[in-house]
Amino acid sequence: MLRKGFAFAALGFVLIAGPVLAATTEEEPADIHWSFEGPFGKFDKEQVQRGYKVYREVCSACHAMEQMSFRNLGQKGGPFYDPKYPNPNNNPVVKSLAHDIQVKDIDTDTGDVISRPATPADKFPAPFANEYAARASNGGSLPPDLSVMAKAREGGPRYIYSLLSGFKTPPAGLTLPAGKYYDPYFPGDLSGSWHGAAKAVPEGGAIGMPPPLAPGKVTFDDGKPSTVKEEATDVAAFLMWAAEPKMEERKQFGFGAMIYLLIFSGLLYASYKRLWRNVEH
Amino acid sequence: MADTVAGASPDLHASGEDPNRRDFIHIAAGVAALGAVGGLAWPFIDQMNPAGDTLALASIEFDLGKVVEGQQVVVKWRGKPLFVRYRTAKEIEAAIKDDHADLRDPATDESRHKPGKAQYLVLVGVCTHLGCVPTFQGGDYGGWLCPCHGSVYDTSGRIRKGPAPLNLAVPDYAFLSDSKIKVG
Amino acid sequence: MSGHSTYEPKSGFERWLDSRLPIIRFANDTIITFPTPKNLNYWWTFGGVLSLMLGIQIVTGIILAMHYVPNADLAFNSVEHIRRDVNYGWLVQFMHANGASMFFLAVYIHIFRNLYYGSYKAPREVLWILGCIIYLLMMATGFFGYVLPWGQMSFHGAVVITNLIGAIPVVGPSITTLLWGGFAVDNPTLNRFFSLHYLLPFMIAGVVGLHIWALHVPGNNNPTGVNVKSETDTVPFHPYYTVKDGFAISVFLIVYAAFVFYMPDALGDAANYIKANPLQTPQHIVPEWYLLPFYAILRAVPNKLMGVLGMFAAIGTLFVLPWLDTSKVRSMRYRPTARIYYFIFILACLVLGVCGAHAPDDLVIPHSGGVQFLDADLDSYVWLSRIGALYYFAYFWVITPLLGLTETPLPVPESISSPVLSHPASAPAGAVASPEKRG
Repeated sequence: MLRKGFAFAALGFVLIAGPVLAATTEEEPADIHWSFEGPFGKFDKEQVQRGYKVYREVCSACHAMEQMSFRNLGQKGGPFYDPKYPNPNNNPVVKSLAHDIQVKDIDTDTGDVISRPATPADKFPAPFANEYAARASNGGSLPPDLSVMAKAREGGPRYIYSLLSGFKTPPAGLTLPAGKYYDPYFPGDLSGSWHGAAKAVPEGGAIGMPPPLAPGKVTFDDGKPSTVKEEATDVAAFLMWAAEPKMEERKQFGFGAMIYLLIFSGLLYASYKRLWRNVEH
Repeated sequence: MADTVAGASPDLHASGEDPNRRDFIHIAAGVAALGAVGGLAWPFIDQMNPAGDTLALASIEFDLGKVVEGQQVVVKWRGKPLFVRYRTAKEIEAAIKDDHADLRDPATDESRHKPGKAQYLVLVGVCTHLGCVPTFQGGDYGGWLCPCHGSVYDTSGRIRKGPAPLNLAVPDYAFLSDSKIKVG
Repeated sequence: MSGHSTYEPKSGFERWLDSRLPIIRFANDTIITFPTPKNLNYWWTFGGVLSLMLGIQIVTGIILAMHYVPNADLAFNSVEHIRRDVNYGWLVQFMHANGASMFFLAVYIHIFRNLYYGSYKAPREVLWILGCIIYLLMMATGFFGYVLPWGQMSFHGAVVITNLIGAIPVVGPSITTLLWGGFAVDNPTLNRFFSLHYLLPFMIAGVVGLHIWALHVPGNNNPTGVNVKSETDTVPFHPYYTVKDGFAISVFLIVYAAFVFYMPDALGDAANYIKANPLQTPQHIVPEWYLLPFYAILRAVPNKLMGVLGMFAAIGTLFVLPWLDTSKVRSMRYRPTARIYYFIFILACLVLGVCGAHAPDDLVIPHSGGVQFLDADLDSYVWLSRIGALYYFAYFWVITPLLGLTETPLPVPESISSPVLSHPASAPAGAVASPEKRG
């Protein structure tokens, strides 16, 4: 609702206060910043590359990204874009990244399902065949698709960062069911599992995902120290890029459009004033 | 604007200013409006061009072992039929013989297959007249006959008779091994 | 269309065409020589803005329809495909989504301008009713359009709104099933909503044609509300208002562009980036901002049927407004008392909008309350929305009729030209054509 409130303000409305979601609570996401924020913000390519590695080595074990293809990594604005290869299908880095991953295909001779190394044109393969398989492997929880995750949650990348780095051991008085973990940034209602004072129900919720990140879990190619903070920041940047790969193009186009419109308005205003100067009104 | 004249007629030429300067601002505004429409027109037209996923359509690999001598196999490639034909020695000979015949779209048979692989002819199976799919071994030359308007192609896929202007196109392809090709 | 046509064919071809299809004469009389009061302020420029927005929505909509797939399994991915892979698809999609909001923003300004200057009054009742029809069609189109991306909010918004019909006694459930084409919102529903979403804008365009026709018979109202008396009160529409409207449109486009390019998702809901899941409702379901006041009225009434009736009555009331207003004076510029009630009315609409965005049980002032009244806490949004809804209806059905009979308006000028001379504020006639300052 924060963004909606923002919009109202921009429209000249006054919103009294952000609404409180029915009974769920969560902590405000951490105040962390990325290079892609603001009207001129751009993605930090190295950061998005590191983020891809985190996704590939950690998240992709459970989370699909069905909107993404390997070619996206090498398209204009993508983390592995190389001006030498305007067609990402020819980009050797993208080719080798794709080649590392096996995808399912149909053998046209036999009709059998086979595995083969991916090509840039292939989509990221899903870790599970279907929703039921995904739930069965994750204690009944469904790991959501991450393609547009950075836009699908209030707070966006900030929420993702906070969630990933914010796991806590449950405070005394909170008994969570087996296979659930406590994260104060995950929206939820913990009153059912709370045995402490009625007014002091901890914020946040019980999430089915175990803390996925750990120091040293991913070895970054550029030698960045692999802390949880670094991993979470980078993967959040990667997911933001994946959620809107055309963001840089949008802002660039917008800058031109704004300048044009300002000049256009100025010209029209001058024209209008000139036309009307002898009309008394 | 302070010295507005009460009841002034809306006469554009009432002021004694240089009319060129007066017109300039109106013309500039008009041009800017046209520019804005033009600037937006391009994205609105370009959206009809092939999208990113279409452009990225995978190239295909094909195992030539599937084609029997004297036959052809049709596979789908970028939405179009692709003819892979295993020509007999007789068919190759007929094609070479006509290299210097009166061809509408002159091309030697040599130029239409990979060096040393004369038996394999790989063609885009789309008639160059209006896009129908020619039928195998139809027509007078033993190549293909387009059922729509009777274009006749020879065993090298060259246009010999009928309304089509050009030979059947040869796509970009390469031999990955002796029996495997990659198209696109 | 009104009065004597001043068009004179210049060439032989124009004469030939004019006696067969007088289309140039029509265009000339409609947008070139059409006599327009010379004192229209910037609030009058939104008609032009709205025409442009309708055009933009239709053009971008047709483009989106070239790539969109109205199928429950593919709709969400096809919208993502537009944003990611189609050339400039992100631009077209963001223009269309934010264009809807801008369209409504402009129509609300247009409507409130109308209410302030009494433009709905005789002889412009039909013009006003046509406008109300356009507004209704816009709401329907906006609702159908919001369903198409098939996100969580799309889906559950469609569920909630179609269930409203179920409140109608006896036939309600059958109509709902008919509307769904099944036993829940599903693929058939999406398919027909797409069809209707494509159809309605052209109906809007048709009614807009009638709206402009009905405008050109009596001509424009103006900030004084006084009828045009002579030619000195008017200027030809072109170039005076084409350029002025053009300037206003350009400024409006800057606001529009700011949303499209720098905060394209600000007016949407994050939940709509999640694929529709019929098994799970988002925690907080809200309609698009432009429908929030009506949503608040709906929820203000504890009875389902009465709530639905209340919501439709809120829109229906607008249609009879010309006959509820008893005032002889059009413009509120000369009705100081009415003006106060008018601004409270705007406030009530905004408050209703805020209420619509909140859960009914939420407290307006956090950590206060505790005074239970009837079914809810006095400090809750449901009570605030009841106050707002009450004022909404009272404004039209009680205040407007009574005020016209009881108030004493200020002296109304003889003609459009005369108040300009007597009105001291207009002497410098600075940047704004309006001699008044309004919020």
